[in-house]
Amino acid sequence: MGRKLLLTHINEPGIHTLEVYRQKGGYRAVEKVLKQMTPDEVVEEVKKSGLRGRGGAGFPTGMKWSFLAKPEGVPRYLVCNGDESEPGTFKDRYLMTHIPHALIEGMIVSSYALGAHTSYIYVRGEMMPQIRILERAIQEAKAAGFLGQNIMSSGYNLEIYVQPGGGAYICGEETALLESLEGKRGNPRIKPPFPAIAGLYGCPTVVNNVESIAATVPIINDGGEEYAKIGIERSTGTKLISASGNIKNPGVYEIELGLPVEEFIYSDEYCGGMANGKRLKAVVAGGSSVPILPANLITTTAAGTARLMSYESLSDGGFQTGTMLGSGGFVAFDEDQCIVRNTWNFARFYHHESCGQCSPCREGTGWMEKVLHKIESGHGAQSDIDLLVDVAKKIEGNTICPLGDAAAWPVASAIRHFRDEFEWHIQHPGLAKTQNYGLAQYADPLQPIL
Amino acid sequence: MAEENKFTVSIDGISVSVDPGTTILNAARQIGGDIVPPAMCYYSKLEGSGGKCRTCLVKVSKGSEKDPRPMPKLVASCRTTVMDGMEVQNITSPEVVEARKAVVEMLLINHPLDCPVCDQAGECKLQDLGYEHGSAKTRYEFERRTFERIDIGDKIQLHMNRCILCYRCVFTADQITDKRVHGVIGRGDHAEISTYIQGVVDNDFSGNVIDVCPVGALTDKTFRFKSRVWFTKPVQAHCACEKCSGKVTLWYKGEEVIRVTARKDEFGEVESFICNTCRFERKATSDWTIEQPTAINPASVIGANHYEQFQPPAVISEDEKLQTANRAQLLRTEKLK
Repeated sequence: MGRKLLLTHINEPGIHTLEVYRQKGGYRAVEKVLKQMTPDEVVEEVKKSGLRGRGGAGFPTGMKWSFLAKPEGVPRYLVCNGDESEPGTFKDRYLMTHIPHALIEGMIVSSYALGAHTSYIYVRGEMMPQIRILERAIQEAKAAGFLGQNIMSSGYNLEIYVQPGGGAYICGEETALLESLEGKRGNPRIKPPFPAIAGLYGCPTVVNNVESIAATVPIINDGGEEYAKIGIERSTGTKLISASGNIKNPGVYEIELGLPVEEFIYSDEYCGGMANGKRLKAVVAGGSSVPILPANLITTTAAGTARLMSYESLSDGGFQTGTMLGSGGFVAFDEDQCIVRNTWNFARFYHHESCGQCSPCREGTGWMEKVLHKIESGHGAQSDIDLLVDVAKKIEGNTICPLGDAAAWPVASAIRHFRDEFEWHIQHPGLAKTQNYGLAQYADPLQPIL
Repeated sequence: MAEENKFTVSIDGISVSVDPGTTILNAARQIGGDIVPPAMCYYSKLEGSGGKCRTCLVKVSKGSEKDPRPMPKLVASCRTTVMDGMEVQNITSPEVVEARKAVVEMLLINHPLDCPVCDQAGECKLQDLGYEHGSAKTRYEFERRTFERIDIGDKIQLHMNRCILCYRCVFTADQITDKRVHGVIGRGDHAEISTYIQGVVDNDFSGNVIDVCPVGALTDKTFRFKSRVWFTKPVQAHCACEKCSGKVTLWYKGEEVIRVTARKDEFGEVESFICNTCRFERKATSDWTIEQPTAINPASVIGANHYEQFQPPAVISEDEKLQTANRAQLLRTEKLK
């Protein structure tokens, strides 16, 4: 059994209420930081823990906090990014639904560390039930004296507000989120300046993922060094993984980073293997924007070592033979799934969600979607594959925010690893409509990638 | 450091010393010439503009004197400030040229390419860019997106098909008029400039959106289909206007003023914004004090018919056959003398 830090008491009845949450040791971290620690000590503790941002980029949280500008007389803000909309990722929603107080407690700890007196939780607009749950949790915490003026007689004041988003994927990008929070159109800002210098309302702001903020609670309770002992190399601690696709037991799992991918897929503690006795064909390891990997490359790296669930191991091999941990949206595909159709589906999503601000992403995502749809519906030409690779290459790296990259990577990687399936689709349009390419076609190990 | 409080930056091997806080694009504009990156969305008079069209991407091959690491990705030169000792590659970097070509291709895939009937043709930034970087054939084989034309106010027409979403008109409306009347609605490639309610733009400076539009998406209805720009002669003029500086360019066709615009510099940016009265109402020579002909870039199509008289090569005056063949032009030369 892997150690659990966030979901320890997940099965406790009534854990969403303050009363049960406190019985299980909740709000100890708040007491500890307010009574025994200075804000800088909290930041130091988080730095020691090696916690890396759980939203996708994996930037060290403590480092991010220490970049926050602290000019005199200017308010600072902490914004929690609960705009979870990456296809395949649903861990934050789970956390907010079942243990809202873990997030509230983390918000208090983090706000204290940053010296923020107003903090926002930006929740995706579609998650109305979660917004109500959080609002009730805030009310409970306020009534118990964990929020408001002079919290626990420490002289520290904090208000937390929940802000529903409008439901745009792009508002999960931190600067677009800030724009949206300010009441404007959710277009990503051009960086620099980074939010740590000029963020919400032009003031220094830290934007953190729900899970990163919740993870500060066990870090404070047990100490940063203790937290850093879990995990492997620079991937410390535990991570929530949203497992979905053709596996026996889909759901949210808390894993210790460094767990072998093979064990995660096949052990009964986690996914429980593939459903219906099918074989694994491909895996999207960290939400729809990371490169898709075929079965042989997801379990072992190109160098032949076992691949682990960690930031480093998953990205081993770069974009040629590796992928990314991303936000932990683990989607497994069995042999019956069509990669072309799936890639088209992802491309359609990014086409729909591109904000339209910068040209390569606005036009390129639509172009890729149309070409993929053409291939999928049986009208493709052999040259379309190279066209897709070229368009993806032209979007990647030329845009303001990472949405362009996120749209380009799945397409580029699907073609890199499953080019024969795309070709088969084009050559046999009639057949492709009635049957799938199937894993059988991959009897030989995949072509070595140069 | 060459001078006190100046940063030295080299762009395509040409050094220039500029004030700290200058963007790469503006540093390049101080040098001038071919190394100036094109800019479709950046507008120095509009705060917050730039960074969107990605045509001005450049490569920073050396970050600064202190930190010589190159920047990992191409950067938008209009929004990246220079550092001391920075080395920038624009047209000397194949990567940049490639990326710019890609951006132009992306900008053109949904553009209607109706230049033959577009009022902007001849002074269109996208046309210049397409000519310079685009390939002759498109690889896009799907239907282009289309919108209905709408009139915003009685003097301006919005032709959304041609729009490249540079947001310049949105910034103009935000920053020089007191009421925010239009913006962008929708998302991605179905986003559009809109007023929500047709005809709602009614303030004294709304006409400036026409000048800032780099393409033919916002056109002057009083000039619409009157003439191709290369048949008109631009002349600098001014008047004593209560609302604006009154400094304009008059566009003559024969004796008639058929269009009034703000004065634009070599980068297509206006010197000062003008009011709607000057732009739409004052269309008689008697309203204006004429200063001088507008300087036109010799390469521009606008100058083609006016400032260069047809000088028949010596051989024509000697050969009768050639004289017959060039009769029309010779007659015109006679008339202009």
